[in-house]
Amino acid sequence: MGIAPTLAVTQPAFWPLTLILFLPAIVAGILALPIIPRGKDDSVRWVGLATTIAVFILSLWMAVPAIFGAGSPGQFVVGEAGMQAVVKQPWIPAFNIEYLLGVDGISMPLVLLTTFLAVLAAAASWPIEKHVRPYWILFLLLETGMIGVFVSLDFFLFYVFWEVMLLPMYFLIGIWGGPRREYAAIKFFLYTLAGSVLMLLAILMLYFASDVRTLSDDQLLATHVVSPALEGADRAAALTAVHSHPKPIHTFNLLALAAIGQSPVSPFAATSFWGMTLESWAFLLLLIGFIIKVPVVPVHTWLPDAHVEAPTPISMILAGVLLKLGGYGILRICYPICPGAGLSFAWLVCGLGVVSMVYGAFAALAQKDFKRMVAYSSVSHMGYVMLGLGVWSAVAGHEYQWDAWAQGVNGAMFQMLAHGISSAGMFFMVGVLYDRVHHRNLEEFGGIFNRMPLYASLAVAIFFAGLGLPGLCGFIGEVLVTLSSWNYSRLLAVCSAFTVILTAAYILWAIQRVYLGAEYKGPHGDHLTPMTRRELAIAVPLVVLAIVFGVAPQLIFNYITPTVNRQVETLAEWTRSVHDGHPAAAGATAATDSGAVELQATIDTFTVGGGR
Amino acid sequence: MNPDRNLGALLDGTFHDTLAVSLPHFRPELCLAATIVLLLLCRMLPLLRLVDSGFLALGGVLFSLFFAWDDVLSLRGGAWASTIGDLLAGRQELFGGLLAFDSLTAYIRLLLAGFLVLFILFTKVSGIPDSEDGADFYTLVLGSTLGMCLMASANHLLMVFMAVEMASVPSYALAGLLKGRKASSEAALKYAVYGAGAAGVMLYGLSLLAGVLGTCHMPTMARALASLDSMWMPGGTGLALAIGGLMVAVGLAFKLSAVPFHFWCPDVFAGAAAEVGAFLSVASKAAAIALLLRVAFGMGTTGPGPDHAVEMAALGETRHFIVGAIALLAALTCTLGNLAAYGQTNMKRLLAYSTIAHAGYLMMGVAAAVALAGRDADASRSAVAAVCFYLGTYVFMNLAAFAIVALLRNSLRSEEIASYAGLIRTNPGIVVATGVVLVSLIGLPPLAGFISKFLVFSSVMEAVSLDAERPLMLVLLVVGGINTVISLFYYLRVLKVMTFDPPPAERTADAFPLVSIPGALVTALVVPVVSLGIFWSGLYAFARLAGAFAS
Repeated sequence: MGIAPTLAVTQPAFWPLTLILFLPAIVAGILALPIIPRGKDDSVRWVGLATTIAVFILSLWMAVPAIFGAGSPGQFVVGEAGMQAVVKQPWIPAFNIEYLLGVDGISMPLVLLTTFLAVLAAAASWPIEKHVRPYWILFLLLETGMIGVFVSLDFFLFYVFWEVMLLPMYFLIGIWGGPRREYAAIKFFLYTLAGSVLMLLAILMLYFASDVRTLSDDQLLATHVVSPALEGADRAAALTAVHSHPKPIHTFNLLALAAIGQSPVSPFAATSFWGMTLESWAFLLLLIGFIIKVPVVPVHTWLPDAHVEAPTPISMILAGVLLKLGGYGILRICYPICPGAGLSFAWLVCGLGVVSMVYGAFAALAQKDFKRMVAYSSVSHMGYVMLGLGVWSAVAGHEYQWDAWAQGVNGAMFQMLAHGISSAGMFFMVGVLYDRVHHRNLEEFGGIFNRMPLYASLAVAIFFAGLGLPGLCGFIGEVLVTLSSWNYSRLLAVCSAFTVILTAAYILWAIQRVYLGAEYKGPHGDHLTPMTRRELAIAVPLVVLAIVFGVAPQLIFNYITPTVNRQVETLAEWTRSVHDGHPAAAGATAATDSGAVELQATIDTFTVGGGR
Repeated sequence: MNPDRNLGALLDGTFHDTLAVSLPHFRPELCLAATIVLLLLCRMLPLLRLVDSGFLALGGVLFSLFFAWDDVLSLRGGAWASTIGDLLAGRQELFGGLLAFDSLTAYIRLLLAGFLVLFILFTKVSGIPDSEDGADFYTLVLGSTLGMCLMASANHLLMVFMAVEMASVPSYALAGLLKGRKASSEAALKYAVYGAGAAGVMLYGLSLLAGVLGTCHMPTMARALASLDSMWMPGGTGLALAIGGLMVAVGLAFKLSAVPFHFWCPDVFAGAAAEVGAFLSVASKAAAIALLLRVAFGMGTTGPGPDHAVEMAALGETRHFIVGAIALLAALTCTLGNLAAYGQTNMKRLLAYSTIAHAGYLMMGVAAAVALAGRDADASRSAVAAVCFYLGTYVFMNLAAFAIVALLRNSLRSEEIASYAGLIRTNPGIVVATGVVLVSLIGLPPLAGFISKFLVFSSVMEAVSLDAERPLMLVLLVVGGINTVISLFYYLRVLKVMTFDPPPAERTADAFPLVSIPGALVTALVVPVVSLGIFWSGLYAFARLAGAFAS
């Protein structure tokens, strides 16, 4: 059933992407061999850190060509909307499963965030003394899993990487965690596996309903079902082979599935089980799988436990990257592949977002444990991501306004990246305190500012970024999401604006209880030593980025906006054509520009205006 | 015509059929039989008693493996995918229709012979049986395997019965191998009594079926079934057929250790040596699944012929019945196996319930294959291929699991899960190997167990999407999904004990290191579990070859 001949054409991104993806796993394998003798824990640490740095530099080379002198093949072109650096190799021809990788404006920043946080988390892993070698092996395997999810364009491959993360995480929490680590680890594993099984069912549903023969030649090339690198007769032969195939050709190709799902006669919308279309079932199954990871109320309960028990670097990874996988999955898979269901379930996604936003904020207010409070703040902040992704305001009344929706999705993407920085920073800051005084009870802190002025300033900066103070990274995403939701539902917009007050309350109250006050009266007061240079090297980049992204959000928007806008615009056109039977609007290309301008205008207004 | 000449022609025909057609396809079995005879002969003569029976058996099995491989190659012909038509034409009936030789036969025999090679090496390393029992043990194992080969190729209900008995009776003795232990004897007795009961019921069912349809030759039975107007015709014919079919199913369910005929399984596994458990859990299961495929497809489908389409349509009701029975058993087996595994403290008992649960997953694949047979022959073939692939990976997963249990028993003197506590501190290699095996049994990527489960689930989903028994298949999917999540607990609990828990204070002996002969054996079994999870095209090509048996 192989549909494309093996490519003789070399793919410039093959080695860069493959190295970024597998270098950590390869080094993990080498560490497992008895090459470094027992007892040389520091060598293991240095090898691990060096690997994460190498992967970071590689991804930086790819993502920010400006630093390294642009133009090498395989590098990412900023500002291009489409999928880039595609790597396509056959893996299991019998099922059309491919080693299909690629990055676009949505996944590239997330890959960069992952590799960056991996370096910081690696540096934060220095104090881990127990079973050093296994720790680093699992840590590096985890990194491969995370990057793999972001770069996979084949659903099967995506699922493999999605699951590969589970086991390292289970052990990282279960062995190196706090007192209730076993409970937390199994809870994390169980929740995620339950979601994954549902996801697997959805994957199989979509696979068997798909048929790439229905795609046009242009679509086949654009979705890399037939590699556009093929030339002339080869290309024609490959295209003919697809169209003349006697039986349906199923596919795991995410781009092709999206193209099939968005076609006017989508096979996903044709069949129905028990009154719901296949598309709706698949959307719901996938959504459950993803919101468990986000996590969204009511399936969030694994998160506070996992965070509280996990060691500091793992909390950083968990909050900084793992939660983003859920949002990424919804954006990359749920909406493009099941647009019809996305439209009908927009209220569900938005509602869940707002509920977890509010619930998370209230829960954070009630916490006595510093880390648990930060964990619930993650639930609340990721609620914005859900709301931003969900506002299908393309049909507000009978007007098709895709730009308001694009604003929400852009905001959600920005919020994901910003939260990656701020939450990793907050967890690290909590970890720094915990390493010294060995407790996290908010009631027993106070007066840290006097004892550790540098640490306290950095921490307050990061917490303000989490709060969403204008000028810091947390602000932009929240305000864009809140604005865009106004168009969709006033009630949700009011709720999300109201949450900002709650956020300010719990963060300011925490700052007051921990950092302010006359003197520290809790246990181990004599251990409150200033930050070490290693800790500074982790904290300072996070604070700097939180400020830079708050002041110059274009740095991020340059990457994400073209891709997000194109996806939203396509889906808005789809909505229009399905609902009204209109053909695609004539001014589609002009809309891209005006949308971007408008978006920029909103950002400018609200960065200057403040408004809180 | 002269009756003598008539008889002569008949004899000539039989000779020709036996010597020129049947025996060349029977070489793997002949090798096993010859090895059994040699093993027995060696016991008679004092001088030959010095010959190590294990290596003698290994030699014979290697010959058998070679011939089984040769048979697979002869079927393979040119390119894999393009020869399905040829393969179907290449199906041959041996010994006057008692056995069938086709790609499924070839695949399962290859699997069994390959398993035996690994199994004998494993028993040599683990030290059970000792040299005293060696000849008995290997004779019984080879005899049982001979029966299993016949199960995989049975084409006649009498042969089904004979093969099941031939595989079972030596197993009863194997279960009681640890002669001094009460639990072992009890297990053997329990197994034998259950087995005899199941065999009796099955034989009665066979006679009912044969009585109604007038033959025991499965293809002929299928044609007879197709010519019936309806299964529920007046006069009780339909009832007799249904009861007969269910009674045969009882016998098969016993071999599969399917719920509710599974009670022997945990007791036998816990009472018998881990080596015997490995044999029963892998070889016996593979043969039972092959037999289930044989009977289900033998009764529910007809081979290529002029009236193929009409007959297949007429058999729809039969297939519906078969699918319903298998799916019900599969769902029950899977769920109960996983739930019961929950409270186990003994590793062998846990693996017994795990085996039961996996039989459930395998039966889901068989149900999907039969359901798809009436819809889309290609999809049905890939469902059979999924089951065959599952069996292929199962060999490594379960043999590795039992090998670890047996080898840890040798060093720790215990098979309790609690005695494995904190092994990570002294033997990280073994714990990693155990982890890989158990995680593969859960079915997580990138390990072989995931691919197997993925293939089976995808076949069930294909049945759903092609509307073949859709409600039933949806139920199977849901049950399979839930069970995957349930199974996480008990497999992971073993890993948890090994890694998180502190080692017991009274432990005196250490487990074996990975760099040793036992360690090498475990490594050799675990490496395929990983590599088949990533590079599974090769084994899948073989499995697809086996799947081509489905018409």
